[in-house]
Amino acid sequence: MFVQQLINGLTVGGVYALIALGYTMVYGILELINFAHGEIYMLGAYLGIIFLGFFTAIGLTSYSLPLALILTFVLSIIFCSSYGFTIEKIAYKPLRNAPRLSPLISAIGVSIFLQNYVMLTQGATDKVFPHLFEEAGFEASSIRVTYIQLFIIAISAFLMLFLHLFITKTRMGKAMRAVAQDKVMASLVGINIDTVISVTFAIGSGLAAVAGLMVAIYYGLVNYSIGYIAGIKAFTAAVLGGIGSIPGAMFGGIFLGLVESLSAAYISSEYKDAYAFIILIIILLIKPSGLFGKSHDEKV
Amino acid sequence: MLELNNIHTSYGPVEALKGVSLKINQGEIVCLIGSNGAGKSTTLMTISGILKPRKGSISFMGDDIVKTPPHRIVEMGVSHVPEGRRIFPRLTVKENLEMGAYTRSSKLKVKSLKFKDQLDKVFELFPVLKEREKQMGGTLSGGEQQILAISRALMSEPKLLLLDEPSLGLAPIIVSKIFKAIKGINQDGVTILLVEQNAHAALNLSNRGYVLENGMIALHGMGEELLNNERVKKAYLGE
Repeated sequence: MFVQQLINGLTVGGVYALIALGYTMVYGILELINFAHGEIYMLGAYLGIIFLGFFTAIGLTSYSLPLALILTFVLSIIFCSSYGFTIEKIAYKPLRNAPRLSPLISAIGVSIFLQNYVMLTQGATDKVFPHLFEEAGFEASSIRVTYIQLFIIAISAFLMLFLHLFITKTRMGKAMRAVAQDKVMASLVGINIDTVISVTFAIGSGLAAVAGLMVAIYYGLVNYSIGYIAGIKAFTAAVLGGIGSIPGAMFGGIFLGLVESLSAAYISSEYKDAYAFIILIIILLIKPSGLFGKSHDEKV
Repeated sequence: MLELNNIHTSYGPVEALKGVSLKINQGEIVCLIGSNGAGKSTTLMTISGILKPRKGSISFMGDDIVKTPPHRIVEMGVSHVPEGRRIFPRLTVKENLEMGAYTRSSKLKVKSLKFKDQLDKVFELFPVLKEREKQMGGTLSGGEQQILAISRALMSEPKLLLLDEPSLGLAPIIVSKIFKAIKGINQDGVTILLVEQNAHAALNLSNRGYVLENGMIALHGMGEELLNNERVKKAYLGE
């Protein structure tokens, strides 16, 4: 039972972590809570249905399922990254020097817009994600692990490792950290701030696209409002880990997934969604900057 | 090399620069002295494009740079060491230097052959940075941070170096070390615009000087001339 819940928790937690990374990266650079981020995740799930439906219609899925899946993932990532890039240019960039509340309201506006845009074009009812795999998996004693779960855990782990290497090793990754620490100084060493911000939105949105697609495959149902609760949960995960901190978002997401599935199993599943917020309140009472949050006593 | 013509810069309704004109020739050390709030840092921030002037023109090597974004100005060869050093606190010393070389590095990788040469040069000039290579920038002492800030600016191989109060808050022995280094950098062919409150040391080091008062150039002349000027003596040298 415990191991079973551990695996369920890791699956959900990996997804939360991928979405939380988008929140935390944007916050780290712009000090903006991008409330439209959950909708990007939702768009990723819908784009998955659309592309996979297209590939099934032209016969690619029956020819080679892995190829169709890879193409679906790649196209969804590209589309969601473009959405993220465009949203920043339209809704946030013109407000770069406005009071902090303005871009926040703009973000809520984008979120409402995207939900309604999907509802009007795709309908208000649940969409069924094409059933691709049998509920295949393996069982050992009373534990049952599906291949989809393993797939989600592996992809999440891979993407987090990839992001970590990108941030710590590449020129753009280091520039992102420099911009997050001091925007004026970053432009004084010749970093183009606008480019860095665009790249941040594109990467965060790409990760959310993968999360949305994986959840759609996992649960099989997609709805225009799924971005809301997933967004709130991932935001909680980001705050829990310390918003602005990348390892914090990874840890926060996985921790939240584990807390949810373990408490649902051992305490009660009625309040599944509440446990996350209880943990958040406790952690913020003890350490207001989050588990990995930076304290503000830097040497001047 | 650099020419400011009747520059007006405002913070909202407050006009900080009210028509500043100055000129720097290739190879010179020029200092800009003045009291707090005279507009020294504002002048430097306007040159490097962080602040946009309301009126006036700035030309660097013959190009008008008033509308050029800051990152392009760095690429053109102007490097700015701002007031307070502004080290990236959670990047290592080496990463700070890599960011200094940002405009000189290839799109994907920070490290190139040229980067190595430049890094060796900086390490030779300031061996303490090599010892601290892997340490976070925020953990350095004030003097080390100033050295790192100057080195970071040198990594882009600038033609013109803007230095904002490099002596601020440092022990006299470190100040003299830093002034010696500035002289060395100039002898290697880098033109320098130095902003200082420490007027005596700055004027001794410089070829020429400008005195800024309330957003306007009040005086200018050769370094020695200003050192002997009665008004400068009274207001800035405390004699």
